[in-house]
Amino acid sequence: MDTWYIRTEHMDVGYDGVPLIRDIEIGVRRGEILTLIGPNGSGKSTILKSMICQLKLLAGMVVLDGRPMAAMGEGEIARKMAIVMTERLRAELMTGEDVVATGRYPYTGRLGILTKADKAIVQEAIALVHGEAFAQRPFHQISDGQRQRLLLARAVCQEPEVIVLDEPTSFLDVKHKLELLEILKGLVRERNVAVLMSLHELDLAQKISDRVVCVANNAVDRCGTPEEIFTNEYIEALYGMEKGSYNALFGSLEMARVPGEPRVFVIGGAGSGIPVYRALQRRGVPFAAGVLAENDVDYGVARALAVETVSVPAFTPVGEAAMDRVRALISTCAHVVCCLDGFGTTNEGNRILRDEAAARGKLLPLDRLSDLWTGGEAP
Amino acid sequence: MDRRVRLWIGFLGLLVALLGLIVWNVNAGSVHVSSGEILSILLGRGGDNDVIVRSIRLPRILAAALLGGALALSGFLLQTFFANPIAGPFILGISSGAKLVLSLTLIGFLSRGVAVGSIALILASFVGAMLSMSFVLLISSKVKRMSLLIISGVMIGYICSAVTDFVITFADDANIINLHHWSLGSFSGITWSNVGVMAAVILPALVAAFLLSKPISAYQLGEVYAQNMGVNVRAFRAALILLSSVLSAAVTAFAGPISFVGVAVPHLVRSIFKTAKPLVMIPACFLGGAVFCLLCDLIARTAFAPTELSISSVTALFGAPVVILVMLRRQKENL
Repeated sequence: MDTWYIRTEHMDVGYDGVPLIRDIEIGVRRGEILTLIGPNGSGKSTILKSMICQLKLLAGMVVLDGRPMAAMGEGEIARKMAIVMTERLRAELMTGEDVVATGRYPYTGRLGILTKADKAIVQEAIALVHGEAFAQRPFHQISDGQRQRLLLARAVCQEPEVIVLDEPTSFLDVKHKLELLEILKGLVRERNVAVLMSLHELDLAQKISDRVVCVANNAVDRCGTPEEIFTNEYIEALYGMEKGSYNALFGSLEMARVPGEPRVFVIGGAGSGIPVYRALQRRGVPFAAGVLAENDVDYGVARALAVETVSVPAFTPVGEAAMDRVRALISTCAHVVCCLDGFGTTNEGNRILRDEAAARGKLLPLDRLSDLWTGGEAP
Repeated sequence: MDRRVRLWIGFLGLLVALLGLIVWNVNAGSVHVSSGEILSILLGRGGDNDVIVRSIRLPRILAAALLGGALALSGFLLQTFFANPIAGPFILGISSGAKLVLSLTLIGFLSRGVAVGSIALILASFVGAMLSMSFVLLISSKVKRMSLLIISGVMIGYICSAVTDFVITFADDANIINLHHWSLGSFSGITWSNVGVMAAVILPALVAAFLLSKPISAYQLGEVYAQNMGVNVRAFRAALILLSSVLSAAVTAFAGPISFVGVAVPHLVRSIFKTAKPLVMIPACFLGGAVFCLLCDLIARTAFAPTELSISSVTALFGAPVVILVMLRRQKENL
C-alpha cells in the first residue's frame, strides 16, 4: 500500500553531475519521523537538499503526495513542504515575528501583505514554540536556540504536510535540543505531519525517530526502526568507531578502555561503580570490575571501560565460580576499591570478596582513590 | 518608535525634501529666479526667465529626480541579488560597461555624421550594462566572498573606463569635449524629449520592481528559503538582473556614470525606515535617490558657479563615506 507522503524512487544524488549516492529509496508517512544518521560527509545533507529540489536529481525522482515533484509548481510544493536548513537565514532589520511571518508567503496575495487570519496563524505558531518572549526582538540578536525555534515556527506557519530539517539541533544546548525535539514530536502527533530530518545526536535520534536511515560510505546502508538500528555493533561499524564504544541501551558513548594488566579491582553495582570506572579511565589506570549482574546499571559501562568484567546472569546471586575469578584477579592487582556500602542477599559474594581484600591489606578506601595517580601524597 | 509612525514620517519627510529641492533647484543658478516668478511661469503666465526655467532648469530637475531614483532602485535590486550591502551599478562596473558601449556607439555614429536618438542611446548602454553584468555574474558564480566580488566589479569598471578614454582620444575633436564631459557624469543639456524617453523606461521599471516586492522579500532571506517559499528562483533572478540593468543603462545613457548613489541611498533609506521590506524600500529608495541627486546637482551647479562640477564628484563626496560606514557596521555586527 502506498501510504508514503514523500518518497524517492531510484534517486541518484550528487554534485556537478557526479553521483555521490545511487539508487536511494526512502519514504516518510504522515505522522512519522524519519531520521537520517551517519558519519560526517556521508551525504545526509545531500539527500535532503535533493529532496527539497535544491539540488538537481541525477536520476530517479521524488514523489510528493502521490505526484512527481518535478512536475509540480513551486507554489504547490511550498504549501506541502517546509524546510529548516543549516544555511543561515538572512534577516536584515527583521524581528523574530517578521521571520516567522515569511512562512505565510505561499498563501498571501500579489504584494505579500498579511491578512488578519495570516497574523493569527503567525501568533499561533510563535506560541507553539513558546517564542512569545523574544519574537519582537531583532532576529540576529536572539540566541541560536531561540532562532532555531522561530525557524521551526516559520515552517509551521507554512502549514506543511512534511517538514524537512537538516541537523536542527546542532549548536543548541541540551535543554534546547530537547525542547526543539519535543515541539517537533508534538507537531507530528497533533497535526499529523511527516518529518524528515538529519541528526548528529545518536541518543536523540534513537529516542525521537519512528524509523532511521543510515547513510555511510556513499550508500544508504540500512533502514529500520530504532530498535533494529541502534545496536552496539552496528553503530560502531557505521561510524567506523575504533576508539571508544557505543552503548545502545543508554544511547551513550564511552571512551576507549585503558589496556594492560589491571592494577585495581573495582567492586561495584547499582550505579556506584560508574564514577570510579570513569575516574580510572581518565587517569589511565587499567582496572578490572565485578561482580556485576548483567542487568546491573554498571555492567555496560564496566564492559566498555574495564580490562575484564566478572559478571553473573541477571537476577542471580554472586556464585562461587565468579568469586574465584575475582580472587584470581585480585591476587594480581595492587588494590581493591569497593564502591558499595551495603550488600543485599544476591550480593553476599561481593561482601565476602571485600572482606578478603581488607584482610590482605589491599582494600583502598574510596576517598583515597586519587592515591593511585598521585602516589599516596594526598593532602 | 512604532513602525507605522516611522513609515509616515519617513515618506512625508522625503516628499517635503523632494518638493523643497525642486523649488530650490529652479531658484538657484547663475540667474536667480524668485519663487513668485516660478509660480507664474509654471502657471503659464510667463516671465523674464521663462526660457531658462522651462527649457533648461525644469527638464534638468526632472531628469535628476528620475535618474537619481533609478540609480538608487538599481542599487537596491543589485544588493538584493548579490546579498551584498555595498553592491551597486557603479561599484560593480555596470555603469562603466554601459559607458564604454555607449561611447563606441556615439563615436561610430557621429563619425558618419548620423545623429543618435534617445532610444538608441538607451539600447547601446543597455547592451554595455548587460556585458558588464555577465562578467560580474561569471565571477560571482566562482567566488562567494563579497569583498572579492566588489573588487572584481571595481576592476571591470577601471578596464571599461580606460578603454573609453582610449576611444575618446581617437574621436573627432568636435565631439571630444562633449563626450569627455558626459563620460564624467552630468545632468546638463537634458531636453524634454530626453525626459520623456527616460520616464517611459524608468517608470515602468519602477512599477515592475514594486510588483516583485513579494519574491524580493523571500529572496532576501536566502535562495534556499526563497525556493521553498515558492519562488521560481531562476526566473526571478533573471528579472532582477534585467530590471537593474535597464535602470542603470537609462541613467548612463543620459547622464553618464554616476557613482555611489546606488549604494548610499538604499543604506540611508534603510536606516531612516529601519526596515528592509521591499514594499517600503522600493518607493522609498526611488524618492530618496531623487532627493539625493537633486541635492548633489544643486551643489554641482552652484558651489563654484559659474564652473560646474561633475555630478559624480559630488555624489562620491557624500556617497563614499556611507559605503565605509556600511562596511564598518557590518564588521561590528559580525563580531
